[in-house]
Amino acid sequence: MSSLVVLGLLPLLGAIIVGVLPSNNVLRVKQASLASTILTAIFGIYLATKFVANDTALQFVQKNEWIPSFAINFSVGVDGLALVLIVMSVVLTPIVILAGWNESEGGRWSAKVFYILILVLETMMIGVFAATDVFLFYVIFEAMLIPVYFLIGGYGSGERAAAAVKFLLYSLFGGLLMLASIIGIYVVSSNAGYASFDITELADLHTVMSSTTQNLLFLGFFIAFAIKAPLWPLHTWLPDAAKAGTPGTSVLLLGVLDKVGTFGMIRFCITIFPDASKTFTPVIIVLSVISIIYGAFLAIRARDLKRLIAYTSISHFGFITMGIFAMTTQGHSGATLYMFNHGFSTAALFIVGGWMIARRGSSTIADFGGLQRVTPVMAWMFFIAGMSSLALPGLSSFVSEFLVLVGTYTRYPVAAVIATIGIVLAALYILIPVQRTLHGPTTPGNETLPDLNLREKIAIAPVVAVIVAFGFYPSPLLNIINPASAHVLEVAGFTDPAPTENAGK
Amino acid sequence: MTFTAPVLEYALLAPILIVLAGALAGVLIEAFVRTSARATAQLFVAVATIVMALAQLVRVRNEASTTAAMSSLVFDGAGVLFMGTILIISLLSLFLIADQDNFTAAAAAVPGSLEERQAHQASARTTEVFPLTLFAVAGMLLFPLASDLITLFVALEMLSLPLYLMAGLSRYRRLASQEAALKYFLLGAFSSAFFLFGAAFLYGYSSSVTFAGIQAAVTGGAGNDVFLLIGIAFISVGLLFKVGAFPFHAWSPDVYQGSPTPVTAFMAAATKVAAFGAILRIFYVAFANAEWQWRPTLILIAIATMVFGSLVAIAQKDVKRMLAYSSIAHAGFLLAGVIALSKQGLDASIFYLLAYGIATVGGFAIVTLVRDSAGEVTDLNRWSGLGKRSPIVAGIFAFFLLAFAGIPMTSGFIGKFSIFSAAYQSGSLAILIAGVLSSAVAAFFYIRVIVLMFFKDPVEDGASVVIPSALTTTTIAVSAVVTLVLGIFPAPVINFIQTTAFFLR
Repeated sequence: MSSLVVLGLLPLLGAIIVGVLPSNNVLRVKQASLASTILTAIFGIYLATKFVANDTALQFVQKNEWIPSFAINFSVGVDGLALVLIVMSVVLTPIVILAGWNESEGGRWSAKVFYILILVLETMMIGVFAATDVFLFYVIFEAMLIPVYFLIGGYGSGERAAAAVKFLLYSLFGGLLMLASIIGIYVVSSNAGYASFDITELADLHTVMSSTTQNLLFLGFFIAFAIKAPLWPLHTWLPDAAKAGTPGTSVLLLGVLDKVGTFGMIRFCITIFPDASKTFTPVIIVLSVISIIYGAFLAIRARDLKRLIAYTSISHFGFITMGIFAMTTQGHSGATLYMFNHGFSTAALFIVGGWMIARRGSSTIADFGGLQRVTPVMAWMFFIAGMSSLALPGLSSFVSEFLVLVGTYTRYPVAAVIATIGIVLAALYILIPVQRTLHGPTTPGNETLPDLNLREKIAIAPVVAVIVAFGFYPSPLLNIINPASAHVLEVAGFTDPAPTENAGK
Repeated sequence: MTFTAPVLEYALLAPILIVLAGALAGVLIEAFVRTSARATAQLFVAVATIVMALAQLVRVRNEASTTAAMSSLVFDGAGVLFMGTILIISLLSLFLIADQDNFTAAAAAVPGSLEERQAHQASARTTEVFPLTLFAVAGMLLFPLASDLITLFVALEMLSLPLYLMAGLSRYRRLASQEAALKYFLLGAFSSAFFLFGAAFLYGYSSSVTFAGIQAAVTGGAGNDVFLLIGIAFISVGLLFKVGAFPFHAWSPDVYQGSPTPVTAFMAAATKVAAFGAILRIFYVAFANAEWQWRPTLILIAIATMVFGSLVAIAQKDVKRMLAYSSIAHAGFLLAGVIALSKQGLDASIFYLLAYGIATVGGFAIVTLVRDSAGEVTDLNRWSGLGKRSPIVAGIFAFFLLAFAGIPMTSGFIGKFSIFSAAYQSGSLAILIAGVLSSAVAAFFYIRVIVLMFFKDPVEDGASVVIPSALTTTTIAVSAVVTLVLGIFPAPVINFIQTTAFFLR
């Protein structure tokens, strides 16, 4: 058994252990969940150290027959891209559990169910990035909706049921379009003489597809991913879901699950349908730029802390998509790094924001004020998270945003220039709420809020450490990402524009 | 005039003959066994009959691919698979029928009359339902084996007549039940007339009533094409009525709602297998070479059926009506397998019938459990909050709904995938797109029920879940396990179907 499969099974094992624990002993349930996610995280980091960065082939590969009559295999493996996202997922999960130690209580069902859902979800998160069989990917892609649906609907707040349903229906709609494309892939590949769902074998499929077929199949995948990632105008489910979910759920939703969309664009859209990707690039770049600007404006106008974070994410996903479809190695590396960094900066915002909301009992920005004086540690953490979100130089997001813009500029200068406005707007949408909530006189209702306790400090410390460390020294990540990005573009047949004296003029 | 005695292959026909013998034994029990022991005796005989028939089927499975009973039946791989599916579903349904609480004490009495009340007070039981079921099963077993129009018609009537009676046996809401029976009977008689009319035209066209003869005439091309067209059209009406395809579906919501739920389960699952078995055989064998005559129309009917079933199901407030419309939509999906007209189409259809049939029995089994003092509660509003009171029952029902919706990790997904890929493989892009879009619509109303059960609070006059009998528990457990296993490890079953299923022409 490949060690990747072992990694995927660890949380599931944890879920089973949690499942047999008595449900009235909530503390023991939490400890068991935390222990199994920490173990998974350690094992995941260990795997990352064993990864050979310069080898562009898939690593930790395992392939078993699953449904041979349809040429479906259980095949997993990672390249640099998938590895980075898996590491991000396994590191974020224990942080989410520790940070939201009490958010499992007061839900519709017991705390035990909450942790089982989280652990099952973690297995699926690892599986969805590790899958190298399109069918297996699809199965996990769809199946992971179910735990999220129950996490939002069962443990969230406010209009949680409606938000959960909106999330599920949006995603299912996209998923079914993708199913049509997957059936198309199967039929096209079997008509070409080799029925296959294997991602490496499918890289040649575009040579036997007519351009109409390719465009249609591409759209099936892309729309599904654009809903997931969310790209304007398919984003409307995200703010509702992010607001209704517990902070921990929202971290996993925005930090990890939405990355499946952008990951899928690279892994499936570009690799399997390079010609169609080229055809649709102008449209997608325009949509990305709109997402960047529109998301930013929505964020500026947001009155609710959680919705604010969701809107900033829409803007950030615009950057990621733009970087991907710029089809340059810098753009791709930047986008992948952005996915990783966005995971941590959003986690920081949601976790600290969640603590603020839990303490104050309200998520309206106007209800806060002057927290800097009352709860200095919490305020500093929120400040750092905000700075990371607006990509302050020295914090990790800066590197990725810079790479995306540079990578886009070499091919689409106009789009890159307009997107740069997004950075200015980012300063607005972060600094305004930071100023309103943290600075100024302490407003009534905030005078007695308690500062972070030890558990919370331990939970947020690794997130801040990652944000700062990779801001100063991103090369360990880039060493893993760069060869993978170059390989993806090489397989798809894209080359970077040669630098000329007139470039960009 | 000499009379040649027909040659019957008793060994080969054993599964059907055993069921018929069991049915007759049931009639005798009705006459001679004392009332108090009847229910037990009937149940024992019925279950033993089905089990023995299954055992005989296993024995003769390899002798398949021959004609029997003077060429009026064909024993081939596909036929054996249809019979096996029907017998398994019948066994599971019998376990539900065994719960006599759903059946009226005196079927012949006028609803609300003194006679009925006395029968209730004497705790009389409608044990006639067991032999009726067995007669219907015998008809269903014959239906997909029939290889001439006369046998097909006899089998059609043999399976229909007991069902008309069984529809009227409900204990509660007697009037609705009797209305359902009458409606089913009248419309069924009507469609039988259509069928016979078409058979007459086909005889006029080919001077033969056997499938082989019709096929020879189609291939020879000597006959009058108008007769062929009219014949195909009217035969199709008769058969499509049985599966509830649009626009011949009008009976099914009322009948599903009015019938006792165990009978609905039996009717929805087993009749569908039998009827689709017959449809597949007649279209694949008799009309195969005239596909340009019927395919365009059938594609239209399939699309209309999917779309209509899914759309109208949204508006339903009664769980049985909702499942009825969902079964109409599934009939549309199944027609995609007929349209495919290929080996893949046949394999996919058989798998789909098995998966859908078993999930349907399981789903209706759960419906029988949700009751109040006045019998079953089918009003969806009163199901609200069921997940809080009975999480396991509601959870399993949700699982069946997800299977109907075709979510991965359920048998419904594999079925949908295989049937749509078969349809697309044979060139029907329209079916694929319509199928995927109507699946998206269908997901909406399935999920609505899940929301209702899990995310809504119980209403005041809400339904409660009775403790299921051991037999009902068996049915639910077996259906759930099969639905899960066929979703995760379908390979053995798919392989078996692939190597076994073929039509002897």
